Formats: sequence, structure tokens, C-alpha cells
Amino acid sequence: MTWTDLKSDLAEAGYIASDQLAMALHLALHLERPLLLEGAAGVGKTQVAKTLAEIKGTNLIRLQCYEGLDSGHAIYEWNYQRQLLAIRASSENQSGDEIEEKIFSDKYLLRRPLLDAISQETPPVLLIDEIDRADEEFEAFLLEVLSDFQVSVPELGTIKAKSKPYVVLTANGARDLSDALRRRCIYSFVDYPDRRTELAILAKRQPDLNARLADQIVGFVQSLRREDLEKKPGVAEMLDFAAAISGLGINDLAQDPVTLQASLVCLLKTEADQAAVPTEVTQRLVGKAA
Amino acid sequence: MPVTRFPAHAESVSDRVVGFMAHLRHNGINVGVAESEAALEALCEINPADPREVSLALKSVTANDSERFARFDELFQAYWFNEGRVRERAPKSDERPHQKNRWTSRSLLEQGMDASGAGSQEMPDDTGAEAEQSGDGRLIASKTVNVNKADLREFMKPEDLAYACKVAESLAKAIRDRRSRRRKADRKGALLDLRKIARRSVSTGGEPFYLFRRQKPERPIHLVALLDVSGSMTVYARVFLSFLKGLIGADQRTDAYLFHTQLVRISDALRDGDTFRAVNRLSIMAQGFGGGTKIGSNLKRFTEQYATNQVNGRTVVLILSDGYDTDPPQKIGEQLKRLKKRGAKIIWLNPLKGWKDYEPVARGMAEALPHLDLFAAATTLNDLAALEPHLERI
Repeated sequence: MTWTDLKSDLAEAGYIASDQLAMALHLALHLERPLLLEGAAGVGKTQVAKTLAEIKGTNLIRLQCYEGLDSGHAIYEWNYQRQLLAIRASSENQSGDEIEEKIFSDKYLLRRPLLDAISQETPPVLLIDEIDRADEEFEAFLLEVLSDFQVSVPELGTIKAKSKPYVVLTANGARDLSDALRRRCIYSFVDYPDRRTELAILAKRQPDLNARLADQIVGFVQSLRREDLEKKPGVAEMLDFAAAISGLGINDLAQDPVTLQASLVCLLKTEADQAAVPTEVTQRLVGKAA
Repeated sequence: MPVTRFPAHAESVSDRVVGFMAHLRHNGINVGVAESEAALEALCEINPADPREVSLALKSVTANDSERFARFDELFQAYWFNEGRVRERAPKSDERPHQKNRWTSRSLLEQGMDASGAGSQEMPDDTGAEAEQSGDGRLIASKTVNVNKADLREFMKPEDLAYACKVAESLAKAIRDRRSRRRKADRKGALLDLRKIARRSVSTGGEPFYLFRRQKPERPIHLVALLDVSGSMTVYARVFLSFLKGLIGADQRTDAYLFHTQLVRISDALRDGDTFRAVNRLSIMAQGFGGGTKIGSNLKRFTEQYATNQVNGRTVVLILSDGYDTDPPQKIGEQLKRLKKRGAKIIWLNPLKGWKDYEPVARGMAEALPHLDLFAAATTLNDLAALEPHLERI
């Protein structure tokens, strides 16, 4: 399979990828390396993993990172309550060794996303979302899992991967990632889509929207992104906005300034941004987009 | 941009790829053998005769952060399409940092003389800032001496320096005590360590007889201090130096730098056992420089050279400066933003802030403000001591 095939597969599943992203994904799949995606929120980083799972026809296992995330939540944990019950319920004549063997068996192991991902028969897509939110220690043991694809549980021994998962990491740039992690990954920076790509995305998601209005919506959102905003509207916001506009029965953005201004709530998500785009600005942008 | 000439004769594809990697390294992208290997593997997966595909593939493999990502295309063109010149000697600005790493007092003094020799160049080009510095500034200064007898510049006696040192030590302690959000087995703590309890209760027939606990471990924060010793700051230099000395003494990981038109690492010099001697040595050095300030450029040098290893989420960067800068003011903002991105907390102590009616009018200072976690006065030693509760909260 070449990278252009992958790109058209992605498009078929509803994800319009840039050439760079398609190439990075293609290489990540073939070189069996994790794919690290960076970019602003709302440019479709997480969606890459979801779409990949869809075209590969496998499970998506997602690990959402947060500060203080530790191995107990990311790899595995023993089910202590069940263990305690099992010890109490065991009969008198069982030796300590037997009990230990019993309670430290697979049955009492709680599989967390990372262990889950490497113990599947068919390789799943493992999405490690917002890795920059986790602290540096987590990054370190993630490196270990990602390089060897094995996890060691002291009581059970080393669990080797049955199949290598396709790993996608995403980061928003909340903090810089370590060089070691970056070097192990195939990297792609995902930017806001250009006008043509965004039109294609809109056409994919809302095929019944008339072409002129779609063009207006995309043009409007694109010029809104060039304004000085705290949080620029992402692709998901654009789609919400388009749905709102068509739901409100608007056929032309310039036709009803009041409704248009009201529907900006789909695009501008902070108070400062809403104040920064009053009706005059909206009208100027619509004028440009039309 | 240093450019490598495309080799006219090469043995094989790998030869050319290795040449390309060397070209990237010359341009500051740290790729190694692993990347070369990955690049060759990547070329097997695509059509290597199509330059666009090759460009996309090599970009995915070698450009591993957003900055490099943006630069890559230009570098690619330069090498494979020979669009550049033969590699030049590295520009002078690249050589300087190496000199600074090897610190000797002699070379520093020489550099200082150079700096003062080129005085006209170091003068503030922003006339507004200059006016504040020479006109209003002095006026307020003389007023301050009357109002506040204990301005830092009057602390020159050994016992005062010793006090500065002590204040610094307690501040360093206040900053250092931090807890992680993770939990670790510990003798006491609020949470039970179920893993251990379950294991030990095997021997007591399932009765959780021994209780083990988990606690948030301590995660010491470490300090990096940057001291401005330009002309406008020389009066404070000695006290601040002994303050730095105290900070350094409190923790092995603390790092200190001086800057004026250059950036110098002084941690090792400050670890000199004799406080008074160390401070005197460094003050003399600092006086030699008293000239222009390039806060922006120095911060840049710091973020590029030192911050990569020394600044992370558990670092507090302490900047001691009056914010008068001869660099374009937005440079400070940019560099602080970069530092901030590494997760560090930034504290700016400004001796002018203690003055009556002070407003951060120096444009550099105004640019810096949005990126600071704490902006505080450092006019008197008591000001410094009063920082402790603020630092605990950071």
C-alpha cells in the first residue's frame, strides 16, 4: 500500500489529511514507530487515530493523560478487593504458595489501556491523548513500553506484546516533550486546514449543504482564524457552525446579521473572543468571504 | 544558514542520505545514526524517485518538533537542489557561547573591555527608555535614598552580605518544598497502599492486619537565577550576588548566571567557600561590564543553550533586573514565553519596583509582565525576606 492509497482510504472514512500527515502516518505504520502529532486544539489530531482504527477495522484504545497519571492507571493494577476476598474464602488446607499463585493470576489483574493494547490478538490503535499533560516520569515509562512493547509485572513476569499496536500520540504544546520521546516517534505538525481542504472536510461531513453557502462558511471561519483571538475555532467548531447555520435555515451568511452574530457561539468559546468580534467585524469578515 | 554542497560523486543512496543528515546537524537539527537508519528505511517504503515524496518522508522522520518542521523544507531544498552556497565558516555569534562555557576571569575582563570599548553600540537606541534611565530615574533615585535609608545599594558591609545570604537560603527552602501528585509507598500518609496490604494479608489468612500507606513524595523544585549586572544595576550587584550565593549554597542543583551584554554562568565561582571573597571577585567582574544590557538576547541564549537541560516543570527561573533593555522589547516577551513553555515558573525581582510610584514603563518590562508568575520588589533586604510566603504559593 502506498501513502496515496492511505490518503484516499482516510478520505473515504471521512478524514481529509494533508500530504505531510498521510506520509507520516504511512511511515509510522510501516516502520512500526509511534506517530507524534502536535498542533493547536481542534485541528483533528485525535480524529486521525479514530479514523485509522476505522480503516484498519480494529479497536481504538484511548489513554487520556493528566498530571499525576501513574502506572496503576496506565498499565495495570491488581484487583485488591477481590484478592482480599479470595484469601479469606480459601480453605484451611491450601498453602500460602497456592493462595499466592491464585490471587496473582490473570483473573485478578485489572488491565489498563497500555497493557490492554499490547495483549490483543489483532493490533489495535493505541491513542495516547495529550501526552504533554502527563508529567515527565510518565513519559519515561511510556518510552519503555513503546520501545520494547512489553510490560513487566513482578508477580507474573514479563508480558510480551501479542501484536504491536499502532500508536498515535497527541500533544498541544502545553509543555515541551523530552527529546528521547520525540526521537522515537515519526512526527507531524498538524495545522489548521487550508481553504480547499476545509471545504472538502465540510463537503464530506455535510454533503447536503449548498456549495455557495459552504464556500461562505469556510471563507468566514478561515478569516476569523486570522483575527487576533485567544482560542481560534478548530475544524469541529467549523462543523458545528455549519450545522447551526443550515439548521437555522440560512442560505446566505450576509442575509441575516443578527442570527449570524448569535450563531457565533459555536465558534468563539471565550468571553474575550466574543467581545473581540462584534457585529461590525463579523460583517466585514462576511463581506470578505462572500 | 550553513550549507553543504551536494556531493557530485556519491557511492550510493545511503551516502547521500548521510550527507543530508550531516547537513541537518550543521543547521542545528540534532539527528543521529538512528534517524539516518530510519530515513533509509522510510525511503524503501516510498517512491524514492519522486522528490516531493522524499521530502515528505524525510521530514516525518527527522523534523521532530514544530520549529524544525517549519524549517525543514528550506534545508531540504538547499541540500538536494544545491540552492545554497558552500558551507561557510560558522557565524561569529555561534562561536561566542563556547567561549562563555570556559570561564576564566581573565577572558571575562577582556570581554568586558571589548563590550565597554564598543560603548556607542550598546547605548539604548530607544530614546524613551534612555530618558527614563538618565532623567526621571535619577530624580526618583535620589528621592528614594531619603525616603528609604535601607536601599540595597547601601548594604556593602560583610555582615549585611551575610544577612543577604541567609535570606536567600530561607527563600530557597520555601521554593524547594513541593509535593508531587503521584503517590508512593511511605510509612505514613493519608491513603492505604492496597497493593502491599493485599500481599501481606496472605500470611494472616486474608485479614488486612498490617496497614501500609501511600504518600505524595516530595519533589524539590530547583532554582535558576539570572542576574542583570548592567550599568543601571551595578549599585545592587554586590548584594544580589551575595543573595545568589545564598541561593546556591542552599541546594546543589541551583544554577546562577550573570548577564549584561553577555551571559556568564557563575554557579561554580559562587560555590567558592568564602562568601566575601566570591562576592568581591564577581562584583569586580560585574563592574567591568557595567554598560548596555541585552536582556532579550541573553534570555535567548539562555533558553537555547542552558534551558534545554536545566529548565523543566520543576524549575523556578528567578530574574533580577530593572528591565531596561537595549534589545527590541518584544524579544523579552518571546523568550519568556518560550521558557514558560518548558513548564517553568518565572519570578522577576525588580529593584525599581520598590521605589515610590513605580510603573513598569520600560517597554521590555511591560512585554515581560504577562509571562511572569510573580513580579516583586527587591529594593531592601526586607523586601526579599517578605517574598517567602509568595514563593511558597508558586
